[in-house]
Amino acid sequence: MRLFRSIATFLLPVLAVIAFQQDASAAGRGYYLTQATMAAYYVVVTLGLALLMGHAGQVSLGHGAFFALGGYTSAILTTRPLDLPPAAERTLSALGCVLRAEDAAGVPQLVVAPPAAFAAALLLTLAVALLVGYPTLRLRGYYLAMATLGFGLIVYRVLLGTPFTGAADGIHGVPGWSFGGAFTLCGRRDHRVANYYFAWGAALLTLLLLRNLIRSRFGRALAAIHDHETAAGAMGVNTAACKLQAFVVSALLAAAAGVFATHFNGGIGPSEAGALKSVRYVALVAAGGMGNLPGVLAASAGLTFLSLRDAFGTYDDAVFGAILIAVVTWAPQGPLEPLGRALRGLAAWRPARREAARRGAA
Amino acid sequence: MSTFLQYILSGVTVGSVYAAVAVGFNVIYRTTGVLNFAQGEFVMLGGMVAVTLAARLPTGVAVAVAVAAVGLFGAGLEWTFFRRLRRHTPLHMVVITIGLAILIREAARHVWDEKVRSLPFFSGTSVSSLRLFGAALSPQVLWVLGIVGLAVLALHLTFRHTLAGRAMRACAANPDAAQLAGINLGVMRTLSFGFSAALGALAGCAISPLTLTQYDMGADLAIKGFAAAALGGLGDPMAAVAGGLAVGLAEKLSISILPAAYEDATAFAILILVLLVRPHGLLASRSAARSG
Amino acid sequence: MALLEIRGLRRRFGGLRALDGVALDVEAGCIQGIIGPNGAGKTTLFNVLSGLLPPSGGSVRLDGREIAGLPPHRIAARGLGRTFQTVCLFDRMSALENVMVGLHRRGRAGLAAAALRLPWQRAEERRLAAEAAEWLAFAGVADLADRPAAALSFGRRRLVELARALAARPRLLLLDEPASGLNPRETAELAAIVRRTRDRGVTVLLVEHDMSLVMDVCDRVLALHFGVPIAAGTPAEIQADPRVIAVYLGEEAGHAAG
Repeated sequence: MRLFRSIATFLLPVLAVIAFQQDASAAGRGYYLTQATMAAYYVVVTLGLALLMGHAGQVSLGHGAFFALGGYTSAILTTRPLDLPPAAERTLSALGCVLRAEDAAGVPQLVVAPPAAFAAALLLTLAVALLVGYPTLRLRGYYLAMATLGFGLIVYRVLLGTPFTGAADGIHGVPGWSFGGAFTLCGRRDHRVANYYFAWGAALLTLLLLRNLIRSRFGRALAAIHDHETAAGAMGVNTAACKLQAFVVSALLAAAAGVFATHFNGGIGPSEAGALKSVRYVALVAAGGMGNLPGVLAASAGLTFLSLRDAFGTYDDAVFGAILIAVVTWAPQGPLEPLGRALRGLAAWRPARREAARRGAA
Repeated sequence: MSTFLQYILSGVTVGSVYAAVAVGFNVIYRTTGVLNFAQGEFVMLGGMVAVTLAARLPTGVAVAVAVAAVGLFGAGLEWTFFRRLRRHTPLHMVVITIGLAILIREAARHVWDEKVRSLPFFSGTSVSSLRLFGAALSPQVLWVLGIVGLAVLALHLTFRHTLAGRAMRACAANPDAAQLAGINLGVMRTLSFGFSAALGALAGCAISPLTLTQYDMGADLAIKGFAAAALGGLGDPMAAVAGGLAVGLAEKLSISILPAAYEDATAFAILILVLLVRPHGLLASRSAARSG
Repeated sequence: MALLEIRGLRRRFGGLRALDGVALDVEAGCIQGIIGPNGAGKTTLFNVLSGLLPPSGGSVRLDGREIAGLPPHRIAARGLGRTFQTVCLFDRMSALENVMVGLHRRGRAGLAAAALRLPWQRAEERRLAAEAAEWLAFAGVADLADRPAAALSFGRRRLVELARALAARPRLLLLDEPASGLNPRETAELAAIVRRTRDRGVTVLLVEHDMSLVMDVCDRVLALHFGVPIAAGTPAEIQADPRVIAVYLGEEAGHAAG
C-alpha cells in the first residue's frame, strides 16, 4: 500500500507535467508553458512553507520576503558592474565567480556569474533566516504570525524605497543562467520547453526531498513539537533548534525559487516581498492541506497557474482572500482533513472491533 | 525647531488615526477574543462612503451617515460571521480576518476603483494654515485631534460609567460570569464590533482631507494600529491611544534620521520589537493577551 | 553520592509557595515514591526537575551535576526521563513512531542525510524502529505498534508513553501518577513493569495517589504537604506516621495514631 502511494505520489505529477507540455506545445499554446514554469517556482515556495506550517506548526506571513531576498540578490549581483583589479578578475573568472557579460546596451561589463550569485543569495538568506527566526520562533501563535508579517513588510518597504534595489521598478535585464551550454535558464521562447522541465524538475525534486525529511527522525521531531511541544522537549528534542531548522529550510527553498524565477523572468519587482504575495502562499498551503505535500503541490500549481492566466480577472486577490477564509474557517487542517480523519477512524475501527471481541472471549 | 515641531504635529496627527485603529483592536479583542485585521478597512470605508455621500449632502451629514453605516456594517459582520466562529485560536482569527480584510478591500476597489479621493476640508481649504510656535498646520489637524480625542474620551467614559460599558468590560474579563449575571454576550459582542467600526470610520473621515482615501489604505493602518495596540498592551484602551500616538510620532520623527521612504517600515519595526521584547505591551501590568 | 540530590528546592508562583524547601536523596537503583494530597506540590516538583519550570531557589544534582534551570532537552540528555499525568502522546503518530521520538537522541541523521535518504540514514531508521518495537514489547504493548496513538485506550496509552520514556534510556525516570485511570488489573501490570524497569538499572521516582501501588512497589516514600516535606521513610513507616495520617485523615486521627 505504501509502495503504491509512493509511486502514485511521484508518477502522477510527472505524467501530468509531461502531458501538459505535450498538449500545450501541440496546440501552439507555448505561452502556457511560460506561466506553468512560473507556477512551478511558486510551488517550491509553498512546499517549503508546507513543511513549516503543516509539520512544524509555525506560521509565516512573510515568506515572500525570502523569495525576494534570493531573487534580488542574484539580480543585483548579475547586473551591476564590478570594479576589480585585473589580477582579481583573472582569478575569480577562472573560479567561475565572475564573467564578462553584455548589458542591455551591448556594452561588456564584469558581473558576478550566476552560480556564484546563487550561492551568495542562499548565504544571505541563511543569515537573515537565522537572524529573524531565532528570536521570533520563540513566540507562539499569533505573535509569530504578526512578527513574520512585520518582517516581510519591512523587507518590502526597504526594497520599494531604495534606489539601489530599483525602488518601485525593481531590477531588469537579468541575464540567463547557462548550465555548461547544455541548458540556459532564461525566458527566451526557444528555451521555453527546456525551462519548463527544469522548473518542474526542481519542484518535484523539492517534493521528494521534503517528503524524505518528513519521514525521518527530523520529521518525527517536528511532528512531536507540533503535537505536544512540552513532551517533545522531555524526550530530548531541542525544540527551538528544530523549529529554526524548519524555518531555515523553508526560507532557503523560497530564496532558491526566487533566484531561478528571476533568471527566468529576466527581472524581479518589490511586490514579491509584499504582504499580498505572502498571504497568498499561506492560502495555497492551507488550500492544499497544510502538511499534505502532494496536495499543496496540486493546489498551488493549479491556483497559481489560473491566477497567472488571469482566470480570476480583477478578482484575483479576492479569490485568495476567500480561499483563506473558507479553509481556515471550516477545515483548519486543510480541506481534505475531515475526509482523512474519517478514513483513519475507519482503519482503527476494524482492528479495535477484533481486539474487543478477543478480550470479550478471554 | 519649527521642523521638529512639524514632525511632532504630523506624528500626532497620523498617530491619532493609529490610536483609533488601536482602540478598535483593543475593544474587539477584549470582548470577543478576535484580533480583527479588518479594522483598517473600517477606516477606509468610512472615508470612501463619506466621500460618495458628500457629493450630495453637506460634509457634516455625510460624515455622520458614513460613520453610522460603517458602524452597522461592523456590527453586521459580527452578527453574521464572527458569531459562528467559536473554537478558533487567536491565530486562526488573525488569518481569517486578514482574508476578510482582503475581501473588503477588493470589494471597495470594485465599487470605488483605484482613484484617490478625499473629503472636503471640514473648515477652511487645503491651503489654509494656522501658525503654532513657528510651525504651519492645517486646521484639519485640529479637527482630527479633536474628533478622535473626543470619540475616544466618550468611549472611555462609556466603559467606565454606563451600564452597557461596564457590561462590555465584564464580558472581556470573564464571559461565563458575565453571562451568569444576565449580560447578553451576543449583544455585547455585536456592540463592540459596531463601536470599533464606527470609531475607525470617524477617524477615516477626519483624516481624509489630509492623507487622502484610497481603497488599499486599510492594510498598512491595520498593521500599524496593531503595533500601537501591542505597544500599549491589549488590556486598556487608553494605553492603546498612547501606543497610537507613540507609533505616529516614531514614524514621523524617523524621517529625520532615515530616508523618508522607510517611514512606514518604522512602525513595522516597532511591532517586531514589541512582540520580541514585551509581547504584553509596555504599559500593561498584567498579561491580558492569551497565547495560542 | 546519591543519583539525585535535591536541596532546599523552592518554587513560587507569585505569593504561592508551591515548593518550599524540598530536600531528597534518591539512591541509584531505588524506587522512590512521593505522596501528598492534591496541591501538595508533587507535579510542580516534577516540572521543576524535568526543566519545564525554573526553580525559585535551591539545587538539584543529577549524578553530581547541577541540572536546576537547564532547558528540558538538556536535562533529558543528562539522563532524566518522565511521563505525564495527562498522558502526552503524539496523537498524529503511531505507537511505534511515538517511541521512536523517545529514541531521538540515539539517532544521528541530520537534515541532509534525511533529505537524500543516504544508506546509513536508512539503516539507522531501521535500527531505531526495531529498538522501538522492543521497548513496546517491554511495556507489554508490542501488538499496538502501528496503531495511531489517538485510537488507543487510556491504559494502553499509558504503557506506550512509558515505553517512549524508557526508550530514551534514562538513568532516572519520573513517573507522574502512572496509575491514575487504571483499573486494579492494569495497576498490577504497571507495578510489574516498574519493577522490571528498576531491574534494568533505571532509578524510578514515582508520584502517586494510589497507596496500594506505592506500598507495593516503592522502597522509600516522601510525603509532601503544601510544598514542604513532612515525613520520609519506608512505606510502612510512612503509613504509620502520625503527621502523614493527620494530613490525609484529619488532626484527630493523627493524634489517635501517635
